[in-house]
Amino acid sequence: MPEPAAQLSVSLWRGGADGRYEIYSVPRRESQTVLDVVTYVQRHIDPTLSYRFACRVGMCGSCAMTVNGHPRWTCRTHVAKVADGGRLQIGPLDNLPIIKDLAADMAPFFEKWQQAKGVFAPSQTRAEPMARIRPDSAPRIAADAAIECINCGVCYAACDTVRWNSGYLGPAALNRAWTLVNDERDSGNGARLAAVAASGGCHSCHSHQSCQEHCPLTLNPTASIAGLKRRSAAAYLKGELKA
Amino acid sequence: MSVRLYLWQRATAALMVPFGLIHIAVIFYATRQQMTAADILSRTHGSAAWASFYGVFVAAVSIHASIGVRNILTEWSALADRAVGWCAILLGIVLALLGFHAVISLVLM
Repeated sequence: MPEPAAQLSVSLWRGGADGRYEIYSVPRRESQTVLDVVTYVQRHIDPTLSYRFACRVGMCGSCAMTVNGHPRWTCRTHVAKVADGGRLQIGPLDNLPIIKDLAADMAPFFEKWQQAKGVFAPSQTRAEPMARIRPDSAPRIAADAAIECINCGVCYAACDTVRWNSGYLGPAALNRAWTLVNDERDSGNGARLAAVAASGGCHSCHSHQSCQEHCPLTLNPTASIAGLKRRSAAAYLKGELKA
Repeated sequence: MSVRLYLWQRATAALMVPFGLIHIAVIFYATRQQMTAADILSRTHGSAAWASFYGVFVAAVSIHASIGVRNILTEWSALADRAVGWCAILLGIVLALLGFHAVISLVLM
């Protein structure tokens, strides 16, 4: 195996939407992550570099960026896996407005969670006994398969349909809606199915599966969206849904 | 795309599969039998069955294609939602008019 280069050539997006890539030289280190590279630039070369991170261990979902053309969680992406000949190009997530440098504005992403009714609607009060949900029940298994989303926005940035149709809710919001559709304790499915069955909802998905391909937690939002398509189409045919 | 348009597009697609296969089979039959246009028209003239078959086929194609083009315009043009809807309706009407004109020519003229 060839020895890794002693220095990485790192091209970082600087500025807002009208910004440009600038090249920095960063020492190559063992077990180095892409987030380590960005942090090195900020701490040793240019303290004005803006980027976002929090946990550094793949839990918070705040450090996602575009790395050599693909959206990735940078804290868990090793340089050895993605550096192309010792070169890295790192930009903000696609399909979102740029605040500055590597920080994308996540507001549209979370606004679509709200539009998709991604908020739990309780069917009981705290005074009632705790709901008993069997872990091996079909709805719980379906919800469990999609529940581990960390809201990193990688799927949203990877999605062709989001790129082409700004009104599309996107894989993360629809995946979240699918977990709640399968939550037996939730009482908001009427409004939720109407929201995801409207224009820009689950039926706009082309099933390209870029979300599944890029999800750092190997979730499958395309399967969740397919579930929503089936569930909302059945509700519409039964006359339970106006669309 | 809303669930209503999604179901119309899927339903018309499901209808077009057997209709398309029958249409292709008819073309093969007519060419292998070396039938002329006059031979074909003599068989289709006044036929309620052929009028129904191609009438439903034209309706399915018009609905399916206009919804598909609506989606393409939504994703690839800068047109507003309302303008996209009107373009799709216009395309559907044009396709239906052309198609039904051909069906009428086949069975009535």
